[in-house]
Amino acid sequence: MNLWLFRMLRSSVGRKVLMAITGLLLIGFLVSHLSGNLLVFAGRDAMNDYAQFLKEHPGLIWGARIGLLAIFLVHVITGLTLAAENKAARPIPYQKEACIQASLPSRTMARTGLLVFVFVVYHLLHFTFGVVQASKHAKHLEGLRYDVYDMVVLSFHNPIIALSYIVAILVLWMHLWHGASSFFQSLGWNHPKYRPVFEKVGPVLSTILCLGFLSIPLSAWLGILKAGGM
Amino acid sequence: MRITVHVWRQAGPQEPGKMVAYDLDNVNEHMSFLEMLDFLNESLIAKGEEPIAFDSDCREGICGMCSLVIDGIPHGPEKETTVCQLHMRHFHDGQEIFIEPWRAKSFPVLKDLIIDRSSLDRIQQAGGFISVNTGSAPDANNIPIGKEQADRAMDAAACIGCGACVAACKNASAMLFVGAKVSHLALLPQGQVEKKRRAIAMVEAMDAEGFGNCTNQYECEAACPKGISVEFIAKMNREYLGAQLSGRSS
Amino acid sequence: MNSVNKTLDSKVPGGPIEKQWELYREKMKLVAPSNRRKYKILVVGSGLAGASAASTLAELGYEVECFCFQDSPRRAHSIAAQGGINAAKNYQNDGDSIWRLFYDTVKGGDYRSREANVHRLSEISLQIIDQATAMGVPFAREYGGTLANRSFGGAQVSRTFYARGQTGQQLLLGCYAGLNRQIASGQVKMHNRTEMLDLVVVDGLARGIITRDLVTGEIQRHAGHAVVLATGGYVNVFFLSTNAMGSNVTASWRAHKRGAFFANPCFTQIHPTCIPQSGEFQSKLTLMSESLRNDGRVWVPIKPGDTRPPNEIPEQERDYYLERIYPSFGNLVPRDVASRAAKRVCDEGRGVGPLVGGERRGVYLDFKDAIQRHGKKVIEDRYGNLFEMYERITGESPYEVPMRIYPAPHYSMGGLWVDYGLMSNLEGLHVIGEANFSDHGANRLGASALMQGLADGYFILPNTIGNYLASKKPENISTDHPEFEKVENEVRAYIEKLLSINGDRSVDSFHMELGRILWNKCGMSRNKEGLLEALQEIPKLRKEFWENVRVLGEGETLNQSLEKAGRVADFLEFAELMCRDALEREESCGGHFREEYQTEEGEALRRDDVFSYVAAWEFTGVGVEPILHKENLTFENVALAVRSYK
Repeated sequence: MNLWLFRMLRSSVGRKVLMAITGLLLIGFLVSHLSGNLLVFAGRDAMNDYAQFLKEHPGLIWGARIGLLAIFLVHVITGLTLAAENKAARPIPYQKEACIQASLPSRTMARTGLLVFVFVVYHLLHFTFGVVQASKHAKHLEGLRYDVYDMVVLSFHNPIIALSYIVAILVLWMHLWHGASSFFQSLGWNHPKYRPVFEKVGPVLSTILCLGFLSIPLSAWLGILKAGGM
Repeated sequence: MRITVHVWRQAGPQEPGKMVAYDLDNVNEHMSFLEMLDFLNESLIAKGEEPIAFDSDCREGICGMCSLVIDGIPHGPEKETTVCQLHMRHFHDGQEIFIEPWRAKSFPVLKDLIIDRSSLDRIQQAGGFISVNTGSAPDANNIPIGKEQADRAMDAAACIGCGACVAACKNASAMLFVGAKVSHLALLPQGQVEKKRRAIAMVEAMDAEGFGNCTNQYECEAACPKGISVEFIAKMNREYLGAQLSGRSS
Repeated sequence: MNSVNKTLDSKVPGGPIEKQWELYREKMKLVAPSNRRKYKILVVGSGLAGASAASTLAELGYEVECFCFQDSPRRAHSIAAQGGINAAKNYQNDGDSIWRLFYDTVKGGDYRSREANVHRLSEISLQIIDQATAMGVPFAREYGGTLANRSFGGAQVSRTFYARGQTGQQLLLGCYAGLNRQIASGQVKMHNRTEMLDLVVVDGLARGIITRDLVTGEIQRHAGHAVVLATGGYVNVFFLSTNAMGSNVTASWRAHKRGAFFANPCFTQIHPTCIPQSGEFQSKLTLMSESLRNDGRVWVPIKPGDTRPPNEIPEQERDYYLERIYPSFGNLVPRDVASRAAKRVCDEGRGVGPLVGGERRGVYLDFKDAIQRHGKKVIEDRYGNLFEMYERITGESPYEVPMRIYPAPHYSMGGLWVDYGLMSNLEGLHVIGEANFSDHGANRLGASALMQGLADGYFILPNTIGNYLASKKPENISTDHPEFEKVENEVRAYIEKLLSINGDRSVDSFHMELGRILWNKCGMSRNKEGLLEALQEIPKLRKEFWENVRVLGEGETLNQSLEKAGRVADFLEFAELMCRDALEREESCGGHFREEYQTEEGEALRRDDVFSYVAAWEFTGVGVEPILHKENLTFENVALAVRSYK
């Protein structure tokens, strides 16, 4: 690797940029993930068609998975090293702590980030690997087709599962509240004219995304979405 | 008025420190915060106790020497005010006040409330200058600079180097301090010549000193006695990236 | 020590005044570039003069060590200068010239400065602006991109360059940046939190200093081929002044005790626009930029003892005394004139503000008319940060009620005596910036201090010190010389003594008492009787200090009481010289106003026939009468005249 690239990516500013870019890509993923998930409201067929489409294009889905995993790991590992350095930068804490204006989400990024990480593992074990609730994991329908729709809806009939998802989405909401505004600054884009707008991007975007995500477990739990394969 | 102050006392760099409470009567509301400490020190001397060591010099808010964290906020509760210009009228009778030094690995405590900020000097030495020898300057009006641009450079240059940004930052990051200098010089035509080298050198010097990283919480801007904008951190990020991506030296 | 040169030779080159500096440089000896690294120069102080000198000398190739007592060179008190810096650029096409700046400065100094030095200062003023701009100092600009100017403190042309209200800060940061470049290159070795406690003189030459590391308490020796003092002024002798808490006379005074003559110590500037004292606990006074007088009108009630709020006092019951007495300069009269006028109206019982010590000492500086004329926005643009600062300190908004101001000690025109090459009578000891005496005479004009500090540090000393060094071989100098050991032992004994007294009174209490004596008897106006009293009181106080001061803690650690004690001990000796000088100078000039010598209208009465000289004092012992040496001042270019601003 070129020396300069190495130096850049190791520097405080370089890693800040890395966090911003990977964060931005992960937000992009969330948007596409949500648009796919929302097909659940279009009915079982739409949802299952989408799942089948993905299944039939292994190149696409594995490419995306590997890329996503790499981005995710860079984001998590860089974030953890930064957080460790930040902690080390103030070995003796203030006896009396105070905060002037920083938002709660901005002050808890490392913690919310870790919780999101834990959730993602859980989420994968749940829907992708079928370790959680193995009995309800996508059953085969009409031979080759997976019934993803039923899997999702039935899962969230379990209040514990629905609640865990809801909590996780709220944590994600906090993480994005700060993150989706912060990347402008990290990438060097700040200006008195745009700053008020940038500062609202995070809260607005995170709220839209999370409302979207919340709608699924809530609808399933409250019985708005009904499973049909039972 | 009567107040109680809890002050960080630490005999030396290697000694352990602790908070010590002092009751103080007859505090006048027109006193500055540091005059209140002078007053307390006089009473300590009278009792044969060593006075509290704290830094101050100009006491008019410009030298950047004073450095107290009051109730968790560097320079205390008043916006854009150094602690030497903070007056006791902003506190009330019977109040308990906590006074601590700037806290950061890169600012080791020397005694009581006095810290060593030489890390900030070393960052400046890495590149916070324009390399012009005395005598070789062209006529000052040969370099026209638009008023807006000059004003913006001045906004960044107003930094007094007190380190409150580091003290306020949850991560003890020095990015506002460094961003202000990188931006001040990058905004002026005179500073263009060396701007790439400067941005890289100053950021690397900052990293080497063990400051934390910026997480865009903007506590630095809120605590800065000169109201320096975090816009200059963004500018530094841009300058640094640009310098790394387009600079010719590796 | 006994071989120190005791004659005064100003070494002003001959020839027409506008050619003298050129002539000097034509004839001065040079040190070859390859030889410069063999010379080590010790620069004490890192303000405008010290930092600019240290960096420029390093650029030339000398080995430099620089010392400051603050935690960083950037904190030197030059940083507090607000208003601006003069230069005869004539960018405004309003009739300015080098000659006019020279003339204004000599006249403003009330004809007690050295003409040749002042002319050189005016010439160099042009280069300073160029240099500072190139270093990245963000001077105020016009919309077209050219530099902006304003008129300032007693000048009829706009020649003052400024960077908001922070000109000193920005200029100092420029010097600091230059210094940092040299520190990074290894050419300057910087010693922060290090205080010079004595000068080492070897065979009549200044060859080193003894310092104390303020963090560890370590006493250190430093040897050099020349010593440069850039240690600022001494008005903290008054305790309450606009100087920084740490500003002190120690380096100058210890050099004086080693043989350097102290010139015109009684010339102190009392700045007219400071925030009045608000109580007995006050630790310092805050200056408000003199530029405020461009738009503010100074007044007091006509009736003594009128305690109505200012806005309730009708127009016809106000006395705009500066406009009344000095119609042509009005509120813009020079500092000494404005200060004395304020004192007079307060002496008449017409002062305003709270009672402090039973008196009301303050006058109004009113912006109501300016706000009406220009609008609040314009006034805010011009003085916004100053108004905020005032409000922070007093809790009152100058947009609503007039500011209250009162004079406060601000600058010392006197200082160590230097010749044209900025070298003291003590060979090898150079003194620059406020620490020397030469350019401002008996009164300094506004925006001239920054100019002088930078002229000395950037352009004069780096030339003249070469002339001195070229006459000395770059021999190996070592701190092993017995003289270093002797002086170091004296310093150690002195510190031991301060720590061992363990009396009842704090250092500050002595400083406060000294300040009161001086402010009352050697302040804005002086008389023989008061000065004689002061000369009785000061030695008494000094005696008590050495018997009864309480300095707690140890010498081997960071000990702020000990630092202060050393500085106050020196002030206690210096104050006596100041009063003696004021007593000896039986005339009024500039900042030195002897009540016995005034015109019928109460203006300063100069006595050129008898006192047209620099009083350079030779130290003969603590409490022993010093010897006066006189450098006669001749005015061949600016005719001596009564300074009138009416």
